[in-house]
Amino acid sequence: MFSGYSMSELGAIFAMQGFAGLILFSVFVLMALGLAIIFGQMGVINMAHGEFMILGAYVTYLVSNLFAAYAPGLFGAYFFVAMILAFCASGLLGMAMEWAIIRHLYKRPLDTLLATWGLSLILQQTYRSVFGAREVGVTIPDWMMGSLPVTDLIEVPINGLFVMVLALAISAAVYIMMFRSGWGRQVRAVTQNRTMAGAVGIDTERTDRLTFGIGCGVAGIAGAAFTMIGSTGPTSGQAYIVDTFLVVVFGGAASLLGTIASAFSISQAQSILEFFLSGSMAKVITLLAVVGILMLRPQGLFAMKLRK
Amino acid sequence: MTRSSLFRRDEAAGLAILALILFVVFPLMLDDFRLNLFGKYLTYAFVAIGLVLCWGAGGILSLGQGVFFGLGGYCMAMFLKLEASTPEATAIQSTPGIPDFMDWNQITALPLWWEPFHNFGFTLLAILAVPALFAFVIGFAMFRRRVGGVYFAIITQAIAAIATILIIGQQGYTGGVNGITDLRTLLGWDIRPDSAKVALYFVNAVLIFVCLFVAMAIRKSKFGRVLVAMRDAEDRVRFSGYDVASFKIFVFCVGAMMASIGGAMFTLQVGFMSPTIVGIVPSIEMVIFCAVGGRHSLLGAVYGALLVNWAKTTFSESFPELWLFGLGALFIAVVMAFPNGLAGLFDDYVKPRLAWPGRGRRARADNPQPAE
Repeated sequence: MFSGYSMSELGAIFAMQGFAGLILFSVFVLMALGLAIIFGQMGVINMAHGEFMILGAYVTYLVSNLFAAYAPGLFGAYFFVAMILAFCASGLLGMAMEWAIIRHLYKRPLDTLLATWGLSLILQQTYRSVFGAREVGVTIPDWMMGSLPVTDLIEVPINGLFVMVLALAISAAVYIMMFRSGWGRQVRAVTQNRTMAGAVGIDTERTDRLTFGIGCGVAGIAGAAFTMIGSTGPTSGQAYIVDTFLVVVFGGAASLLGTIASAFSISQAQSILEFFLSGSMAKVITLLAVVGILMLRPQGLFAMKLRK
Repeated sequence: MTRSSLFRRDEAAGLAILALILFVVFPLMLDDFRLNLFGKYLTYAFVAIGLVLCWGAGGILSLGQGVFFGLGGYCMAMFLKLEASTPEATAIQSTPGIPDFMDWNQITALPLWWEPFHNFGFTLLAILAVPALFAFVIGFAMFRRRVGGVYFAIITQAIAAIATILIIGQQGYTGGVNGITDLRTLLGWDIRPDSAKVALYFVNAVLIFVCLFVAMAIRKSKFGRVLVAMRDAEDRVRFSGYDVASFKIFVFCVGAMMASIGGAMFTLQVGFMSPTIVGIVPSIEMVIFCAVGGRHSLLGAVYGALLVNWAKTTFSESFPELWLFGLGALFIAVVMAFPNGLAGLFDDYVKPRLAWPGRGRRARADNPQPAE
């Protein structure tokens, strides 16, 4: 496996694959954060999570086209506008869905799963009708093109770096919201004991709706970031849903830190294996390992200690 | 109800009506092409019956039934492919006597694990044993550790994803994304002409009834009662001294075997097997067949599979854009508006008007509301 490579080349390979893994890690983290809020905190299985992400990607696509047409001078900054709009669009759609469907099903998690799957099919077909079946890509602003040479063998693409920084920033923001804000305290109170939370005066319905909306909004930001490194099609979201759920479950559903740790290990394993095996086998081995570990340790890497 | 009678009167009537539809009405009303299509839909009904046992009775929702369907289908397809790949028929290949897709992928000898599939008896055994074994391993690992509900659903879905990626990636051994195609004869009997398809339709219909009888027997037995009790109050059953995990493993294996039989019949009826039938999307569609028919009703599962697939064909033919909207709406509607599916609607609106002497109340008592 290692024959034919010199030590320095091997080092460079690991560094480059490691960096490719870090980009994958950032995508996983961005996608999984929204899910960690919705699934980890609320216990709701949202199979349409990928479609909320794709909505963010399509919003970014629209915004980039608008900027290119009407404000070419500001094109370099369109992404930040797009990100905010993507958050709002996905978040609002999420809150609408929570109101229309999910709030009726909190006591039937398996049924939520099926209903949100139906929702994802409807959203996919909507995207296909509106944007066409072909994948669309956005024009990356100039400052994000190109790569930074680290050594003569190792180069780091700037758009990847940007997505990583974004993932870190969003994780920090989610952490602060969950653990340092009044809203976060309410969310955690409602998840841990709904009745008591209601009894002390927390509007549990409003908290649920807001939580779901923010989770979906974070997915929208993930979608916006996604356009920087890949193109978007109506079914792109579905391709990620299994990975994302595994990331969240593997990390230990209720633990934000666990989600990040598991996103890191899964993405690194996959991208380093990818160099030595075919892409599909790398994926198979990674997923099998995750499923295997979950069978042995169903509570995931970082389990919350609680009495059942 | 006396203990000696095999079925209640309304159950017997339901079975008779289904038999009438499958054996008389469809063959008389439909041309060979449509009948073949309904044969294909029937193969999905096997999965749906298995799901009624797992999900409706046991409360175990598997999103990986496509894997078991595929295992059965691939076992059958491997046997048929080997039969079609005689040295004479494949003389133009660089290695005659192996399946054509292996030759295209520069494989020069038949892999060892393909060898036993020359034998029809082994193939039939494998169709039942391989998925059961696989389901046992999954079930043993998960249910012993008391993993259930949504976690189980997610893990089985991941397994469906892995299976698809693996089949597509190992093109030389599995035929890749195209699957195993160009199947010709079963023990010398040509499965391609219309007459063979019609015959296979009837085989399917008979096997459906076999599975229905087995499933009904399971549900009527003490085992079935424990299963329902477990779904509604797992801890109480555990504290009463029952080994909950074993019950779950068993019913999951039965569901897997039924799906596998369906898969094997699918290969025969349709003439190919491909990874597109194994993955996440088809697996979750199989759940909707069961949900539309009514997750607690075995007969409903058959109607659900037929109806949803028929709707899929009809809509995809005339309004391809609308089908996904329709299917999505169906998922939402079946959960929000009528969680007991067609069978629930039948019980609520039709049955009271039929006035079975002395029925009605008991029928409702046998169909408890799900408590999740």
